[in-house]
Amino acid sequence: MQGAINRAFVQGAAAVSSALALVLSVGPAQAADGTRSTVNMAPGVTAVGQSIYDLHMIILWICVVIGIAVFAVMFYSIIYHRKSRGVVPAQFHESTKVEIAWTVVPFLILIGMAVPATSTLLEIYDFEDAEMDILVTGYQWKWKYEYLTEDGENVTFFSNLKTPQSEIYNSADKNENYLLEVDEPLVIPVNTKVRFLVTANDVIHAWWVPELAVKKDAVPGFINETWTLATEEGIYRGQCAELCGKDHGFMPIVVKVVSQEEYAQWQGEKQQEAAQVRELMAQTFTMDELMERGKAVYARACLACHGANGEGGVGNAIAGSPVATGELGQHLNIGINGVAGSAMQAFGGQINDVEMAAVITYQRNAFGNNMGDMVQPIDVFNYKKG
Amino acid sequence: MAHGPAKGISRWLFTTNHKDIGTMYLWFSFAMFILGGAFAMIIRAELFQPGMQLVEPAFFNQMTTLHGLVMVFGAIMPSFVGLANWLIPMMIGAPDMALPRMNNWSFWILPPAFLMLASTLFMEGGAPAFGWTFYAPLSTTYAAPSVTFFIFAIHILGLSSIMGSINIIATVMNMRAPGMSYMKMPLFVWTWLITAFLLVAVMPVLAGAVTMMLMDIHFGTSFFSAAGGGDPVLFQHIFWFFGHPEVYIIILPAFGVVSQIIPAFSRKPLFGYDSMVYATAAIAFLSFIVWAHHMYTVGMPVAGELFFMYATMLIAVPTGVKVFNWVSTMWRGALSFETPMLFCIGFLVLFTIGGFTGLMLSIAPADFQYHDSYFVVAHFHYVMVAGAVFSMSAAVYYWLPKWCGKMYNETMGKTHFWISFVGFNITFFPQHFVGLAGMPRRIPDYALQFADFNMMSSIGAFIYGGSQILFLYNVVATIVAGKPVSDDKVWDGAEGLEWTVATPAPYHTFEVPPTIDPAHAHS
Repeated sequence: MQGAINRAFVQGAAAVSSALALVLSVGPAQAADGTRSTVNMAPGVTAVGQSIYDLHMIILWICVVIGIAVFAVMFYSIIYHRKSRGVVPAQFHESTKVEIAWTVVPFLILIGMAVPATSTLLEIYDFEDAEMDILVTGYQWKWKYEYLTEDGENVTFFSNLKTPQSEIYNSADKNENYLLEVDEPLVIPVNTKVRFLVTANDVIHAWWVPELAVKKDAVPGFINETWTLATEEGIYRGQCAELCGKDHGFMPIVVKVVSQEEYAQWQGEKQQEAAQVRELMAQTFTMDELMERGKAVYARACLACHGANGEGGVGNAIAGSPVATGELGQHLNIGINGVAGSAMQAFGGQINDVEMAAVITYQRNAFGNNMGDMVQPIDVFNYKKG
Repeated sequence: MAHGPAKGISRWLFTTNHKDIGTMYLWFSFAMFILGGAFAMIIRAELFQPGMQLVEPAFFNQMTTLHGLVMVFGAIMPSFVGLANWLIPMMIGAPDMALPRMNNWSFWILPPAFLMLASTLFMEGGAPAFGWTFYAPLSTTYAAPSVTFFIFAIHILGLSSIMGSINIIATVMNMRAPGMSYMKMPLFVWTWLITAFLLVAVMPVLAGAVTMMLMDIHFGTSFFSAAGGGDPVLFQHIFWFFGHPEVYIIILPAFGVVSQIIPAFSRKPLFGYDSMVYATAAIAFLSFIVWAHHMYTVGMPVAGELFFMYATMLIAVPTGVKVFNWVSTMWRGALSFETPMLFCIGFLVLFTIGGFTGLMLSIAPADFQYHDSYFVVAHFHYVMVAGAVFSMSAAVYYWLPKWCGKMYNETMGKTHFWISFVGFNITFFPQHFVGLAGMPRRIPDYALQFADFNMMSSIGAFIYGGSQILFLYNVVATIVAGKPVSDDKVWDGAEGLEWTVATPAPYHTFEVPPTIDPAHAHS
């Protein structure tokens, strides 16, 4: 029994170290089909990412070698220096020379590690010569991207989780990008040094895209900078990395790296869209139009907290609520400015005036509220103006 | 002169006896270990498959938060205080702790504090849900009202720890038997002495942090809010100035335990006693100047990153010295593998792996990928569970016969070890992979490519959790109906004054100080 247990121990511990070695051998980064490895860090598509990956592997291997040496000595003892073999224990218990040796040698190894680590770190901290700036703002629980330009005509949009509740709550099959898909990805051009200015609106978030080798905390009230230079077109997915409340696990990041031409075209379309929205602002809508638009906005912005049928959840019920069936000004106020100290955010800056008008109208006339009144974009605009 | 314990409940309520108080600490910490473990089981059950099945995200966050808080402050820390209470007076030849009545208080304020913390689960808005690191402003402006109770609980825990530490420092400095110089103290006493200084230094810092939170929440200050001129990152600096020494507070007594047990079952003195003491002191010193390695991605200037990276890497040196010394102690010994030794070898193997991942995490540029991923979760469970909890299990098996005069069931003990060892590795080894592959920590649901390893992890967690029931059963069965042990020295290789008193250890020991053989180096 005793012998069996001891042999099992040797095997068990050997299994742990061989598992580590196994991982390293399958580790090398990219699996054959080009998808990301499920057991190791992604070198990604940036020079910095490659440096980090190389550093990671060097240090891992150094650790493995030291580990094998230490465990070899230990298991030699466990196998050969055991009482059951009738050995007489030695009584030596100190050696200054040995102590100095295993203080100095590891120190030298550390210096060897510190050199490449320092140069990679300096590379990461080189913010110079960025060709474009994007302001990234973390919200509970979505990201806002703003392309900063000199003329102030910035393209701005929010990027929300696209995975439907039905997939999360298991009533529908999960698609392959489950939880890693958004309604509107960030688009950046390939081979361009893009600087990200990272901040947050409420609590601390962290913007992490492994394959772009970027992770930076988004701190409310402060602006951090980081950058990337992607060398391959593609779609890269990441997630918020800092616990930020209830839906921390549900605010993914998707970055589309496209060719320069495609990027220019996309920018043009976004500018045009913005112009269209400005045009829409001046329009007057019919009830049906407002309800149709409002339903879509509701699904995107309100549903998660207030329920698909306005029944409430994290947020209060909309159906029959004193706000949605009460005075219009108060309803607009809450929609635009939120409720301080609660989960109800200020949506005034998150959705445009057309969307706000539509969703308020929708809330007042759906779910059996039937107030019969309408809000036009101009009303929202005027309300904001005061 | 010699009198026994009081009868009934008053024995426990009013006791000033270090053994009784030690026993209460140990049972309390085990109860918290089970509670914190139950939270972990809920976490792993939810993460068994992608999709939300059992709990809501908000409750999931409460579970991760309470799991961390209860394990760190309720299970691990009090368990080592219990061990210190039982063993330090017996190891240094003292009749009791220096401040026995304060000792009673430092224990008895703990249960109400944890009761209060656990009661937040039933409050409106739920329990704290901001992680055990409670970063502002998630833990201030955006927290549920129960945060105020959390703050009060933390204050009481801190108070308890500070009182316990003062007691240990006073005992070790003043109550050693004549002839027991510092460099003759058992290593467990040394590691606890250094730990106690760390606690006295950093617990007030934690109290400061939660007090500032309280002010921000209720009294209109803006310590951690940029809108009022404060800084959310300030919170992290303060927290980790406490938090990094805190992890050494947890692991140093574990080092002490292992340094007692490995020589006993190697039948050979500890190799490099002096260097072990110096290495412990070096680790304690370094622990004060490395806190920001938890904050590499927070936006520090590059000079700060470099300083904290170099300082953190340095910790590998004294930690390496310790591992080398333990292995050298085993080298050419006459080893046997009773349960305490198995847990110590398990500690040595797994703690070394945790140390390596710690070294990897210290590399700031690589940490930009590791940070806040499951790689970190794997790392700190290798050092906290395989480090602190394994060594604590070793300690219980090793000293239990001395405490209660009965021998535990060896086969059951070994079974407990093997199930724990296998379960632990199935749980946490795959977490390295999902972390490197990009899975963030503290998420209630995950993308499909992480599914296989998460399922494996959950199965391992249930195995590891279940093995603790066996532990509980073994300990209770030993106390109730174990085979009596009559030798003072339970283990043939054991060294130290605690093995010179009768078995089971009488209610009062060393009423007359023992004589220390001046020729004998240390135990």
